[in-house]
Amino acid sequence: MSIRVGDSASAPSFQKAALPLLEDAQLRKNIRHATDVIQRKRGVVVTETADWQQLRSAGSAIKAHTMRYLDQYLLQFEKACTAAGGHVHWAADADDASRIVVGLVKQYGGNEVIKIKTMTSEEIGLNEALEQEGIRAHETDLAEVIIQLGGDTSSHIVAPALHKNRSQVREIFRERMNLPDLSDDPEELTAAARHYLRQKFLNVKIGVCGANFLVADTGSVSIVESEGNGRMCLTLPDVLISIAGIEKIVPAFQDLEVFLQLLPRSATGERMNPYNSLWTGVHAGDGPKHFHVVLLDNGRTRVLADPEARQTLHCIRCGACLNTCPVYRQTGGHAYGSSYSGPIGAILTPQLLDMRYGQSLPYASSLCGACYDVCPVKINIPEVLIHLRGRVVREQKSALDPEALAMKTAAMIFTSRRRFEAAQRLGRIGQWPLVSHGWMRNLPGMLGNWTRVRDLRALPSQTFRQWWKQRAKAARSGSKKKADHA
Amino acid sequence: MPDAREAVLSRIRSALADTSQADPAPGYAAIPRTYIRAGGLGPDGRIHQFKERLRDYDTNVVECSAAGVAQTIAETLRGHGQKKVIVAGGLSPEILPEGFAFIPEQEARVDDLNHCDGIVTVCTVAIAFTGTIVLTHGPGEGARRLTLLPDRHLCVVRADQIVETVPEAFQRLAPFATHPLTFISGPSATADIEMTRIRGVHGPRFLDVVLVR
Repeated sequence: MSIRVGDSASAPSFQKAALPLLEDAQLRKNIRHATDVIQRKRGVVVTETADWQQLRSAGSAIKAHTMRYLDQYLLQFEKACTAAGGHVHWAADADDASRIVVGLVKQYGGNEVIKIKTMTSEEIGLNEALEQEGIRAHETDLAEVIIQLGGDTSSHIVAPALHKNRSQVREIFRERMNLPDLSDDPEELTAAARHYLRQKFLNVKIGVCGANFLVADTGSVSIVESEGNGRMCLTLPDVLISIAGIEKIVPAFQDLEVFLQLLPRSATGERMNPYNSLWTGVHAGDGPKHFHVVLLDNGRTRVLADPEARQTLHCIRCGACLNTCPVYRQTGGHAYGSSYSGPIGAILTPQLLDMRYGQSLPYASSLCGACYDVCPVKINIPEVLIHLRGRVVREQKSALDPEALAMKTAAMIFTSRRRFEAAQRLGRIGQWPLVSHGWMRNLPGMLGNWTRVRDLRALPSQTFRQWWKQRAKAARSGSKKKADHA
Repeated sequence: MPDAREAVLSRIRSALADTSQADPAPGYAAIPRTYIRAGGLGPDGRIHQFKERLRDYDTNVVECSAAGVAQTIAETLRGHGQKKVIVAGGLSPEILPEGFAFIPEQEARVDDLNHCDGIVTVCTVAIAFTGTIVLTHGPGEGARRLTLLPDRHLCVVRADQIVETVPEAFQRLAPFATHPLTFISGPSATADIEMTRIRGVHGPRFLDVVLVR
């Protein structure tokens, strides 16, 4: 098995990777600006949708239902897509999927492909696999062009180049497109990309895309986009290859009436994104003559096997949880060391990797719950984060790990009133060398990890229970005194 | 790869061992769909909302009567100085004005699409709430590339094709579910540079809607 999620197996821990990013003032400014703009736009179009909460509930229920019958819906999709002239392939892991795509490109005699932005491609490292076989992959989404020409990596699942501002984009385009006079006007930058890519669209014979939705009852595939680069790749080449995670399936065509309302508003703050395409197999006289779908597992069935974290697979990749997350907004996406960043990345990446990598990610959160509030399919990300923290400790750390031991001891103390009260007494006596003016600011050893970033209030001289008992006693003796005076 | 297929399916089945594996139909029917299906606006309100939302996303909207379609198309095309205009195959000829050398889609090569001044199509459904036109690529709507390569797209929308909500649109689209479908909401755009909406990346940079009341 070679399950991979980008380079996350070799990535440093989140906490380590975040430190240099926090020092980069320009990066933080770019991220703050972009996520502020998108959140404002989202707020407007969500507020005007009177039935937003009902749509979320329906979206959540459709996804939960689909996961429960995933094998049946996948087989239904396979049958319908094949009947419409498409070819369905199954890939157990990243290498499997790359091998299938490389094989198809060679089979059709191609040495280059045009690509629509696809997260699954990044997840499995498809561009690298193609390159190794001498096949050139041309990214066509504006942000992906910025990333590819700049030799950079994506930092956001919807807007991968959100960490770059206009003048940084100008520098990349100036150099790589050989346009010395280019200004930093976004319209001019966009026009440069339009010109740069048009010939590629017209000449390259093989297109590669992901999928936003697979429709089981019709065998259709849907791609949601803004620029039209998607439509170019979907309709102009002779061959189209789509790589889709198995969780992308929805039962019926009609279900799109829910998701096509939830996704654009959450992702880009638009009522509807400029272009949604749906196609079913091959269409005579219109679009590619050959269509292949690669259904990708790559760890998804592991996520499915954990009932408490299964909801992770409901994600429709809108990125709203990234934009609202107080942690993501400080560090940006690169700190997560994965193609999937932000709160959803923090729960998805380690699970795909069987909790063996990305173990620091469930801790990259303040558990504030903002991600849950904005999630269009109501994934309870904080709940899953806590569950995964538990799994990291239980499955990945030795029983003799100091944190595990401390937690075990705490559990033993907290389950008995007698032990708990004894510990309180002990704490009040033991804390005196550490307390100054009612605060602990420098705890020794491992506990120092806590006080390094925040102060801890000293244990009060009296617990609530003690105070309550005393108060009751005082009240009794007070009323007795009153009675004496009468 | 047949063994990968079996492997994935059996992993799914063992992952779902905690759930029942019966017929999905009853569970599907029980999904709560309390969201708004049918809109509450009358015909005028619906048309008003459609126009407003189209304009909000940089679409040029021109209204006319059924008798005035050809003339309105002529005025719109002339207003933009469009001469070399391609029309979708199967478009009913009576809506096309005199005095233009329209090129039928069937005769247009990719190079013509790439260098023409614009194209004319109709649509199947339009959605007021989102400002969207939906093409099912049947007669009069062209193959998908027709509405993609040229820089200007003129689409004729009849008032009775406009529905208010997305679910109403899906109801009308059900018979076309396995057609190629394209939902168009304004001209091509991007927000990839600083999340600022820029019109016109790869698809048509200009969208004209002729609304026939």
